[in-house]
Amino acid sequence: MIILPQLGGAGAPAEAVGTEANEAVAPDVPWTTIVHNDPVNLMSYVSYVFRSYFGYTDAMAEKLMLDVHNKGRAAVSSGSREEMERDVHAMHGYGLWATMSQDK
Amino acid sequence: MEGFEQFPGGAAIRLGGAETSILRDLADQITDLLDTRGEPVDDPIAAIFATGPSEPPADPVLARLLPDAYDDDNAEFSAEFRRFTENDLIARKRADARALIADLDALGPGGGVLSLDAEDSRHWLGALNDLRLALAVRLGIETEADADKLFELPEDDDRVPTVIVYSWLNLLQDSLVETMIP
Repeated sequence: MIILPQLGGAGAPAEAVGTEANEAVAPDVPWTTIVHNDPVNLMSYVSYVFRSYFGYTDAMAEKLMLDVHNKGRAAVSSGSREEMERDVHAMHGYGLWATMSQDK
Repeated sequence: MEGFEQFPGGAAIRLGGAETSILRDLADQITDLLDTRGEPVDDPIAAIFATGPSEPPADPVLARLLPDAYDDDNAEFSAEFRRFTENDLIARKRADARALIADLDALGPGGGVLSLDAEDSRHWLGALNDLRLALAVRLGIETEADADKLFELPEDDDRVPTVIVYSWLNLLQDSLVETMIP
């Protein structure tokens, strides 16, 4: 299980992150969008995509971009299957190599 | 060769005639390649009901531009997802390439100063990325070592002109992203 700080995009918790009410009814989070490293996409562009699509801060976008670059992949959002399909589709629109997996 | 520069409300670049024709030619090739996946469905209502193929493209460039959505454990989901979303993905890539072509045509064959607003810049960013992905596949770039090796080719290698264009596209895209950072 990958613990993710404040994720955005379709899979982002829209509101009330970490409130007690939210935790009480929080469903399992079964799917994750993973962006894979490739030798083509520019680091500046990958950060741009994470900022503009997911609405991540500069620091968060930079951290995820470096994870993709250095570790070969990074989990960029998590949520329902439908939400992750939207995020993966968006990443493909930008030309990033992304897949979705179900957490085990 | 120079990159994009910040311009009030967007980005600007001076392109020569040769540069204009290289970009236009590459964008044409991308739209032709995308068309091989099926006829474009331009009617927005018809597009909602049109389903695409469920198999990944055999062409390696198209396979990179239109990848599977699910990991290998869920190949059947990838096929189903592709049927319902690939047309939309192609439509976006086609729109980006067409925007680039229209802007270059407006500039004319001799080139000149191209200025892009925010919306144009997003199309160009997408189109430049697709062109780079396509050239990278054709150049056989699969790892960072592959990319590095291309810059040490002997002068008479057939791939040198493509490598030069690829590096130029890197500069174009990187400089365009820079202008889009708030």
